[in-house]
Amino acid sequence: MSTTTHPVPVPLPADDGAGRRLYWAVADCWTIVRRDLTHLVKQPSLVAWQLGFPIVSVLLFVYVFGSAMEVGEGVSYKDYAMPGMFAMTMAFGFMNTAMAVVVDKERGVTDRFRAMPMASSAVVTGRGVSDVLHAALDLAVMAAIALVVGWRPDDGLFPALAAFALLLLLRFALIWVGVLLGLLAKNQESAGNLFAVAFPFGMISSVFTPPSLMPDWLGTLAMWNPVSATANAVRDLFGNPVPGGGSWIEEHALLMAVVWPLALTAVFLPLAVRRFQRLGR
Amino acid sequence: MKPPPPTTPAAASSSYAVVAEGLRKTYGGGRGAPATHALDGLDLAVPRGTVYGLLGPNGAGKTTAVRVLTTLTRADAGHATVAGYDVGRRPRDVRRRIGLTGQHTAVDGILTARQNLRMFGRLFHLDPAHARRRADELLEAFGLAHAADQQPQHFSGGMRRRLDLASSMILAPEVLFLDEPTTGLDPRGRSEVWETVRGLTAQGTTVVLTTHYLDEADKLSDRIAVVDHGRNITEDTPAGLKRAIGGDRVEVVAAEARDLPAVRAAVARVAGSGTAPSTDEATLRVHAPVAEGVPALTDVARHLQDAGVAVADLGLRRPTLDEVFLTLTGAGTDVPQPATEAAA
Repeated sequence: MSTTTHPVPVPLPADDGAGRRLYWAVADCWTIVRRDLTHLVKQPSLVAWQLGFPIVSVLLFVYVFGSAMEVGEGVSYKDYAMPGMFAMTMAFGFMNTAMAVVVDKERGVTDRFRAMPMASSAVVTGRGVSDVLHAALDLAVMAAIALVVGWRPDDGLFPALAAFALLLLLRFALIWVGVLLGLLAKNQESAGNLFAVAFPFGMISSVFTPPSLMPDWLGTLAMWNPVSATANAVRDLFGNPVPGGGSWIEEHALLMAVVWPLALTAVFLPLAVRRFQRLGR
Repeated sequence: MKPPPPTTPAAASSSYAVVAEGLRKTYGGGRGAPATHALDGLDLAVPRGTVYGLLGPNGAGKTTAVRVLTTLTRADAGHATVAGYDVGRRPRDVRRRIGLTGQHTAVDGILTARQNLRMFGRLFHLDPAHARRRADELLEAFGLAHAADQQPQHFSGGMRRRLDLASSMILAPEVLFLDEPTTGLDPRGRSEVWETVRGLTAQGTTVVLTTHYLDEADKLSDRIAVVDHGRNITEDTPAGLKRAIGGDRVEVVAAEARDLPAVRAAVARVAGSGTAPSTDEATLRVHAPVAEGVPALTDVARHLQDAGVAVADLGLRRPTLDEVFLTLTGAGTDVPQPATEAAA
């Protein structure tokens, strides 16, 4: 049954030392990203499903509710709602992150990675990079649909690119929320329940209606929602109408569209990393 | 960075691939909840090149033991070395020398089999060309070459397990951990996995196998540790374990109920000293422990012949691992067992 020869057909790769460590941290991250990108390529229907909600929302709000929506004097609702839709899609993206994390955890893939000599940071950084790439794809598809239904960014190319960068920054910040929730969730079902949290988080904001039209307390909540800051900042950069409530937070949307994501990252990135390390407890 | 690795770690030259001493791991226990002692002073010594079975009921601590030995979980106390490296202090050195196949088939269902193995090869830090080559070798070795470019989500359970095992063999590990490798497989899938494991040990890999299938432990293991309540309650070869709970028994099945007294008398004459035959009236079975199996069998046959009794069956029974297991873990007796859940 057994012999005394040791199995050594594969020499151990030389991957020690600070420089090699850094190289492999990046290389391992890229390996994980390639895996996630392969998933996208092989499951186009999944991408379509994830885009389904914003696309249906675009059509509903522009063609069904749009005619009844009055957000300001001479303001086209389409121009108001479209940047909001972009921001909402970025905000809801954390659920995709959480779901991917919980699926890997449930199927034992995370444990397999953790029992391998790869850079353990790559599991988290790889998720981050591929989610940002995925979000960029989502935005491209949505922007194309928005252009088809008649939305136009009016302030030129560079402000528009800056707007997309801010949208991706919000998505990036929420990746860590998604990773944390995915690690905390027991299973896919409980991760699915996150929508109950995400829905009001996305909606109680300036995405579809100006907070100034809401009851005072709710309006304040909506104004301070990070999604509102990003939505208003990108409206400004796209040259689309911005709700003019006149409050400090609304006047400083551009600033807050940077500050909020950085603050979220500062809080949730360490929490997510800590939670990941504590899987061994 | 770190101090350079010793060229020959003391334990690496030892004859044990895995050594664990007094491993303890407690879950819960906060806020008045009862603590679960998943590991309660577990000791193990796995000789190199053997298949070592960890056998025990659900919740005995087998999975926790594997998680500690594969660096996935930190033990609260005790220490362990795997392939000569301390799992707590040198996890990376351990990870380069082990393979793990857990209870779930942890392969990517969407990447093809080949893409899976290349990805794992890269994550074991092989260069791209080497990872490609190794993937092809493993697909061939594990009988998956025909399905190399298909997605594991369409594989049979046995094929998925084989891919899972192949993914654990990227660096041809010194120690391979298999945590209930055949749970959920059909009989064909199970025998496929058994064949594969036997093939690996022929190449000298040490295998640590957890299972609650007694036949699996019996068929595959060179040595078995019976684990219960987080402790190693006994350790021996499968044959030794069977011997330990009592020797052979002679069993005679009478042809008719009226023959039972005569059969009983014949069996009583060969029974070991101080023991009386047990009789099961319903199945017409009479059996008794004997000191020497084969002579007792010929003797009882002669006694029956002398008495002119024809019997339905006559044989020598060796205890099965089931009986060993039940005897040692006390399961199935009236003694209440404290609940030990959540060893996962």
